[in-house]
Parts: sequence; C-alpha cells; structure tokens
Amino acid sequence: MKILVAVKRVIDYNVKVRVKSDQSDVDLSNVKMAMNPFCEIAVEEAVRLKEKGGVDEIIVVSVGEAKSEEQIRSAMALGADRGILVTTDGPASSLTVAKTLKAIVEKEQPGLVIMGKQAIDTDNNQTGQMLSALTGMAQGVFASEITIDGDKLTVIREIDGGLQTLSLKMPAVVTADLRLNEPRYAKLPDIMKAKRKPLDKLTLADLGVEARQTVKAVKVAAPADRKAGIKVADVAALVDKLKNEAKVL
Amino acid sequence: MAAPILNPRDLEFMLYELFDAESLIQRPRYQDHDRHTFNEVIATGKTLAEKYFLPIRQKLDTEQPTFDGTQVHTIPELKTAYDAVVASGFSSATADYEHYGMQLPPIVANVASAYLSAAGSTALGYTALTNANANLLETHGSPELIERWVKPMREGRFAGTMAMTEPDCGSALGDLTTSAQLAADGQYRITGNKIFISGGDHSLTDNIVHLVLARIKGAPKGVKGISLFVVPKILVNADGSLGDRNDVALAGLFHKMGGRGHTSTALSFGEKDGAIGYLVGEENKGLFYMFHMMNEARILVGTGAAVTALTGFQYSLDYAKSRPQGRLPSCKDPLSPLVNIIEHADVRRMLLAQKAYAEGAYALVLYGTQLSDDERTAETPEARQQAHLLLDFLTPIIKSWPSEYGPKANDLAIQVLAGHGYINEHPVEMFYRDNRLNPIHEGTTGIQSLDLLARKVPMNNLAGYIATLAVMETTIAEAQAWPRAAVHAQALQDAVKVLKDTTRTLLGAMQSSPIDLVLANSVTYLELFGHVTIAWLWLRQGMVAEQALEKDPHPDDVAFYQGKMQALQYFYHYELPKVAQWSALLVSLDNTTHDMQPEWF
Repeated sequence: MKILVAVKRVIDYNVKVRVKSDQSDVDLSNVKMAMNPFCEIAVEEAVRLKEKGGVDEIIVVSVGEAKSEEQIRSAMALGADRGILVTTDGPASSLTVAKTLKAIVEKEQPGLVIMGKQAIDTDNNQTGQMLSALTGMAQGVFASEITIDGDKLTVIREIDGGLQTLSLKMPAVVTADLRLNEPRYAKLPDIMKAKRKPLDKLTLADLGVEARQTVKAVKVAAPADRKAGIKVADVAALVDKLKNEAKVL
Repeated sequence: MAAPILNPRDLEFMLYELFDAESLIQRPRYQDHDRHTFNEVIATGKTLAEKYFLPIRQKLDTEQPTFDGTQVHTIPELKTAYDAVVASGFSSATADYEHYGMQLPPIVANVASAYLSAAGSTALGYTALTNANANLLETHGSPELIERWVKPMREGRFAGTMAMTEPDCGSALGDLTTSAQLAADGQYRITGNKIFISGGDHSLTDNIVHLVLARIKGAPKGVKGISLFVVPKILVNADGSLGDRNDVALAGLFHKMGGRGHTSTALSFGEKDGAIGYLVGEENKGLFYMFHMMNEARILVGTGAAVTALTGFQYSLDYAKSRPQGRLPSCKDPLSPLVNIIEHADVRRMLLAQKAYAEGAYALVLYGTQLSDDERTAETPEARQQAHLLLDFLTPIIKSWPSEYGPKANDLAIQVLAGHGYINEHPVEMFYRDNRLNPIHEGTTGIQSLDLLARKVPMNNLAGYIATLAVMETTIAEAQAWPRAAVHAQALQDAVKVLKDTTRTLLGAMQSSPIDLVLANSVTYLELFGHVTIAWLWLRQGMVAEQALEKDPHPDDVAFYQGKMQALQYFYHYELPKVAQWSALLVSLDNTTHDMQPEWF
C-alpha cells in the first residue's frame, strides 16, 4: 500500500508575523519558512505506519512555490520515499490544492492520504475535507490515533467534548491533530539521503488543474494591541464597564 | 516564556552574513550540501539540545559522577542523551562519508553543536574529544590503527581521550615520565600515571581509546623524546570483538568546580604487567602528533567558552526584560509603576558588555574554525597555505580570548540577576563555574601568551604576524566605504599601529634585554593582540550590519542590526582604548612582576 502525505510550506511558527503596509497580506519577504507543524505530524504518522509494516511507499506532495522543495526534502529526511512538487503561480486556494491532490491520487492510487488538519498560515481547515468530497474517499479528520487493519482504518478523532472512534474503509483521507504523535527529528545521514531520493516536479497544467481563487481577501490587519488593565472600585463598576464599554453583557 | 538557549538570528548572521558559509558548497567536498541541509542540521542540533540536554543540565551539575571502586556512575539520562547524539550522526558530522560522516563543513557543525554545548553544559565533551581523537588517528595513524580504533569511534561505540597531564607535569610536558617499553611480543607496555583526563572513564560506551604521551626507554630528554600511543581501556581482538581488560585502572575521579557533565579522572597505567599500547606514527614524534588534536581542542575550548558566554547573555537578557525593579533616577513618584531592570542604563551596560564579549568571541572561534577547514579544502594551494599560516598564528588568541572574556561575561550575567544570580535557582552561576575551566585546560592563558610572543610572532620572519595584520588592514580599507563603520576603522587603524609599535619594541628588546624580563608581561601582550583581533571582528560585523540596514530590512532585522552597531560602538568606546595602557606597560619593559621577590609577599 502507498501512503500519500501532503505538506505545506508556511511561515515558521517562531516568526512574529507582520502585516504589509498596504494591508493586502502578511509580509513574507525574507521571513523564515518551515513545514506546517500539522503536516510534520502527518509525515511522522506515515513513517510510523510504514515502520509497523504493510506500507510499501510514502509519497510526499507539496503544492506551492518552487521553494516548497525544501519541505519535501525535510519530509524525505524523516522517512518519506519519494516527492512530488507541484508549482503554482502565487498562493493556491484550498480548493485548488484539493483538486491537485485529487489528480495525484488518481495517478498514484494510495490506500491512505494523510495531511495536517489545517495550516498555521491561513487556518482554513478545508483541504482534507474537500479532497474527500472530490474523490469519494472516506474521511477521518482531527485524528489523534490511527490503526490499520486490513482494508479497514480505525480513526480516533478529537471532537468537542471528547473522542469519537470511526471505522473507515480504505482508501481514506485522514487529517492529523496535534496529539496524533510527536514528530521525530532528522538524523544527519538521512538529511543527506533525502537529497538523493526521487522528486518529480510538475505544474498545475501538467495535472490539468486550473488555479482559481474563489475567495477574495479584502483586507489583512494585525490584531489590536492588548491594553493595560485597570482596577475598578467595586462589582457595580465592573458590571457597568462590561455592559457599556466592552459590550459583552 | 523560557529564555532562548541561543539567539538563532545571531547564529544565522554569523554563519551566512558574516562568514558566507553558503559559498562553501562550491568546494567539491561540500557539493552535496546546500543552505537547506545546513539549516536542517542546525534544527536537529536545537531539537536534541532541547529534548535531551536542557532537561538534565542542572541534574548533571548537582549529581556528580561517582566511582564505586569498579565502575563510574553518571546519571542514566546522560547515557540516553549520549546515545541520541550518536544515533543522530552528530558525533561524526564533519567526517568523510566513508567514515560515517556527512562531510558537513566544520563551521556549520560548530553552530549546530553550539546548541548542544549551551544546553548540556560540558556533556558534549565526550563526543567532541572522541571526534578530535579520531581526527588525529585518521591523519597520523596507520591503516590498521584506523580500522581498529577510528571506525568504532566514528560509530560512537568507543569514546576517545587525550592523556597528557601527569601529577608532577602539567603545562611543561617535556618533563613527563610515563614510560613505554617494547616487550618480547613486539607490543609496547605503558607504565605511569595521568591526571585530569577528561572522559577517562565512564560507562557511556563499550570501550575508551586513550591517546597517551609516553617516553620510550632510552628516548632523548625533553619534548623531543615523547611518543604517542593508543592505549585502550579494553583490548580488541583481531576480529574487532572486545577482549580482556587492558592494564589501565581508574585511580579516582576529581570533583570539579564546574563542568561536571564530563568526568575528570586519574588513570594508572601498568599497575600489573604494563598496559598494552600501540605506537602512533614514528617514535619521538608524539608531541607533534598530539598538537594536531591539541590545536583542534584549543578551538573547542574557545568555542565552549564563547557559547557559555552567549547562553549566559541570553539568559540574563531575558531576565532583565521581565524583572520589574525600581524607577529611573528622573522619576520621583513612588506610586508610579516599576520599570523592568533593562530600563536602567547600568543593566544595559552589563548586557552590552556581555554581547560585545560573547558575540565577539564567537565570531573569533568561527573564524578559526573556518580557517581550519580552509587549510584542507580551500580552492588553491595558496589559499590553503594562507589559512594554515593565519590559524597557526591565531590559535593562542582563539583559545585564550574567549576563555578570559567568556567568564567575564558570565560574571556580568550573575550581576544582572544580582542575588538571584548567586543561587542555583538560575543557571548563571553554573555557567560561570563551567566557563572557569577554560582559561586553564589545553594550555593556560600564561602558556598561550608565551606561545604567542616568544614563538608565533618571531616564527618564519614574522610571517604569521604580518599575514594577520594584513587581513585586518584589508578590512580597515573596506570599511572606508561605510560612514558609520569608517569612524571605528580609524580607531582600529590607530590600535593596529600601537600593536605594531609595541611588537617592534618587544622584538628589539629580545635581542638586547634579558628574555625573562621581556616575557614577564606576555599575558598583557596577549590581551592587547586579543583586543585588536576582537575589535577587527566587530568592525567586520558592523560593516555587514550597516550594509544590511541600507536595504530597508524587516523591522525585526532593523533592531537586530542596530544592536550589532551598538555593540561595535561599545567595544570601541569601552574596551579598545585599553590597548594604549597595555602598550605603555609593555614598551617600558615594566619590571614590577619580574623584580618582585617571593619573600616580599
């Protein structure tokens, strides 16, 4: 069985994000980029499943700018076998990425697709669900535990108020939640080996996918600075402020 | 949020902006690499440091190694951390592919290891010394020695040490008495005592490979009669399997002021019938071979000192930004809110001094590390020769300036935390204790100063000295193009002139005055040369920062580069003027210490 893992290049979580002065987007010039943390968890899970046996190959895909090759190499250093880079002109919408992944799924016929539940840049939380809908594969999103048993997949998902256990028929799409695993770090020889693993470079056109922005960003603004607190004289004053200033009551 | 172990932005600056490590991938040895592989290695170093070393740093300090008469016990977490470092490939990252390495440029390995060094106190010493030991054998050992000892060291199954110091002979190795005698079976038997052997015994690896300096029976007196031997803790059979215990006994462990992550041992060789030893290279050339390891170890000492200073700086900086205390002198209102102590100018003085010392020292050790690489891998024979010349000359400064000013930085970190820095709730007192070893081992500051003034300066018609000053003068010329740097370039030019005048006077005095008098203030000369060298590296950092500021960088980067410019200014206003005072003392051949009599104390 093949596992397909999708990874996204995003702004490093340590970087303090700044908004461009024209408020069109966040400023990404000369900013450190990294693999989306949820995607790292997805890669780790695929590697663990392969280590348990029954998985022949892990293919890692990234859709985005050419430099996303770095994130594919990182995933290969952690244990993925082969990479596919699909380059786009500019940022790709969730739907464009889902359609691209659909085209790759049709070509590669993986038994399982694992991806992060969301990317920390735009926090959309859409691509996995869209891919499931487009391909008709079963979906188990926000997974905190995955077990393969023949052609059945048991997914424990994190939902409001507890855990839900699903039994899915494969092929299936699973999106990784934070507690699925703790990703490993790359060993030095594996970093070098990753450079020699095969990597296919494609464009959207090669896969017959048309990039479409169905969502328009109107304005990007930084959150308001948190103001210093004040002391109120009594409960009545507090209630008054909550009602009339904060308008939360 | 916890203080960062190191500042990743600064490491990036040093590696890519100051020393242009990315250009190394042009060299055949590094052609498989790119900036991405470098960054991945650094990320792994940081992860290993945070996962395995940082959590045990304090425990390593408080729970010292013990010896039960048979075995050395260290905290079990140290073995876990050691194994993780080995399994990650870190212990032999710079080695050749065929020797389990990844042919990583040493300057990149230095930056990646800095995280492990900062987070693990001195625990990295086991793998660092093993690597240096293996490098020596790879260069000077026979193919049989390499096959039998280097291979398992590269794999992390064996550890390596260097065994030089004896109870009656430390700095003056010419007087060592450990002996070697060729036995009837054609193997040498080693007899003698060695002390302060770092990593001399432990249970982290299957075996320990000691590189022992000893005197073959009948060898000439002094340094010309010293040979080098591989003396393993456990003998190894022809098939590579472990055999009997060699006649090497642990006489005891030393209990150190700091650096407690790394055992310090007294070893007794040949208490029974002589420890079996294997000669490295030729007889009587042992000290020459050992200098291969010692020069590498001297850069490691400088690195350890600089990194400990860097991490102490980061810790005290984080503390100063979040500790409210007092008000500014201009504020007379007792009801006004407290300010964080970083608002006080004197606290900023202590932070700036740490920044100037620590980042200046780290730039120096990275420069030295790059020279040690250039020596072997630079494009042309001329460039390799030039690197060798510069490194050979600068080694005493690379070893001793960070070792002297690193602890000074840690001293200031304690002062920033004040009472809280004096207790072990915070690691700054440990940093100080750890760092205090560095002016002592691998040649004390006094030894380094004699090496510089009496050997390195006059050597080969002043070739190393002239080459070093030429490199500085090139920077001074380049700095003219940058208005802010140019101001400091003038000051550096003046300091270089002071250095030249002082050197000329001392070299002249060596011909006309008693040599003991001329060398009496050699440490002051080392300080003078060290300060000029650090000032030069700060000027280079300032030039990079000034150029970057012109390109309208990210606001975070503007602050970062301004910080570099301010630290440059600090060093030039507060430190560099000291060279005039030191020079005055030196050129007058001040005899105060020379003439002092023991009875007068």
